[in-house]
Amino acid sequence: MSTLEKQLKQAPRHTGYIFTITFIVIALFVWSVTSITFENVDQKGIQVAKGIISGLFNPDLSLFNFSKESVPYLLVETLAIAFLGTIIGAFLSVPFAFLSASNLVPKPVAWLTRLILIIIRTIPALVYGLMFIRVTGPGPFAGVLTVGLTSIGMLSKLFVDAIEELDVKVLESMTSIGCTTFEKIRYGILPQLFAIFLSVTIYRFDINLRDAATLGLVGAGGIGAPLIFAMRSYKWDQVGAILIGLVVLVLIIEFASNKIRGKLVKGS
Amino acid sequence: MYDKIFPPREIALPNGKVVSQKRSKAPLITLLIIIAAIFSYKFTNFNFTVLFTRIGEFFFIVGDMIPPDWSFMPKVWKPLFDTLKMSFLGSFIGAIIALPAAILASANIINNKFIVTTTKFILSLLRTLPTLVSALIATFIFGLGPTAGTIAIMLFTISYVGKLLYEAIENVDMGAFEAMEALGMTRIQAFRYAVFSQVLPSYLSQSLFCFEGNVRYAAILGYVGAGGVGLLINEGLGWRDYPSVGMIIFALVITVFIIERISEHFRKKLI
Repeated sequence: MSTLEKQLKQAPRHTGYIFTITFIVIALFVWSVTSITFENVDQKGIQVAKGIISGLFNPDLSLFNFSKESVPYLLVETLAIAFLGTIIGAFLSVPFAFLSASNLVPKPVAWLTRLILIIIRTIPALVYGLMFIRVTGPGPFAGVLTVGLTSIGMLSKLFVDAIEELDVKVLESMTSIGCTTFEKIRYGILPQLFAIFLSVTIYRFDINLRDAATLGLVGAGGIGAPLIFAMRSYKWDQVGAILIGLVVLVLIIEFASNKIRGKLVKGS
Repeated sequence: MYDKIFPPREIALPNGKVVSQKRSKAPLITLLIIIAAIFSYKFTNFNFTVLFTRIGEFFFIVGDMIPPDWSFMPKVWKPLFDTLKMSFLGSFIGAIIALPAAILASANIINNKFIVTTTKFILSLLRTLPTLVSALIATFIFGLGPTAGTIAIMLFTISYVGKLLYEAIENVDMGAFEAMEALGMTRIQAFRYAVFSQVLPSYLSQSLFCFEGNVRYAAILGYVGAGGVGLLINEGLGWRDYPSVGMIIFALVITVFIIERISEHFRKKLI
């Protein structure tokens, strides 16, 4: 037996483990397939698919003006919902984040705040949307509140990670050269946190834009409602125009967000 | 441009040397953000009076959800399992399709620039489409029910896992790949033994992570008729039957929590 073969034999074997995992995954797969049926797919479905594709290539150009029902107006509305919601969410996240940072507050407080944040995060945005519509009535206002509330969940989580990784050595050296508390916060803590907070907030804005687009489906303003109306009345050219507008806006914002965040992280 | 309007501040050092410090752009950016915020405030009809007088309604709904209506649970099981099935199947098939898609989008494996750019473009197009919108379209094509939801989740998984995977493949150490090609292996064999084994752990881990997120997404897809608990939530809120909605949300939170734990356990093992 050569050394090579000996070495190969020494490699750990997980055959049993891998076999079990594969078996479980296949069992889950078979179990899941039971829910899939294609009996509802008929001639109508194929017609719809054809309609959407032809709508994407022949969008209703009359929607690209500046009236209240036009695609640009609705996109700006979606953008406004996402922007204001992100700002509200970002401001509200800061106290939540400090309250759940285990190196700043007592353990029970941090633990409780985290539990609240997990619950906020798990409930889907659409549910909040439906709830806020009961508060403010349908319209973009409900959308802003929903986006603000859902942002808190993720932003606080990422803010906490930044706070807990704070470099405290800087603060110690500032104390030793006689800085006041205010100076320590201004020159020791803020510069460390600000860039990360901003970068995370811009990332969330990117996500919120997509959320705001779908919130329209429940009547919370933005481009979702016209989309669902156009689909229900089989106006594929309008559907095409709305989808193209949405995709272009999301791509632009994603590109800009990546650029700015790249700059913030690299520092130039 | 900015430096010309606001010239850099000049500071004379004690040794007589003059250095210039560029003016901060923070005030300008803050101003722009404030203008945008005011514009959005007007545009969305944001109204503090309504917010403060009616926000109690929101907490009233939340208060009504606690305690949840436990007797509603038997009706939740089937949609809940539908949600799980949809997200599992969608993630599974999506992750499998993502593999060839990611290979086609990797500039270091495929030499044809046209194929690489097209695949990357299609993947980013798929990613921009919100899951709920693709689910809505899918319900029109595949009819109401979990099938449409599965398709929507699958499309999202392809775009998400596909993007992360082609980024992983492009950043892989190509030395082993070149060495294997030099030894006379075909490109596919070299990919299988040199690149694939390097990206496999992150591929599996990303797929699991995507599955985790998909469970949350799948929960709301029912709203557009794509199966799962979303429809029940919508009905419950429509009928103002808040204790039942509380029950659904409670069941959802527990399910998501369990799946997160399981997925986290396996992802830690992978990395």
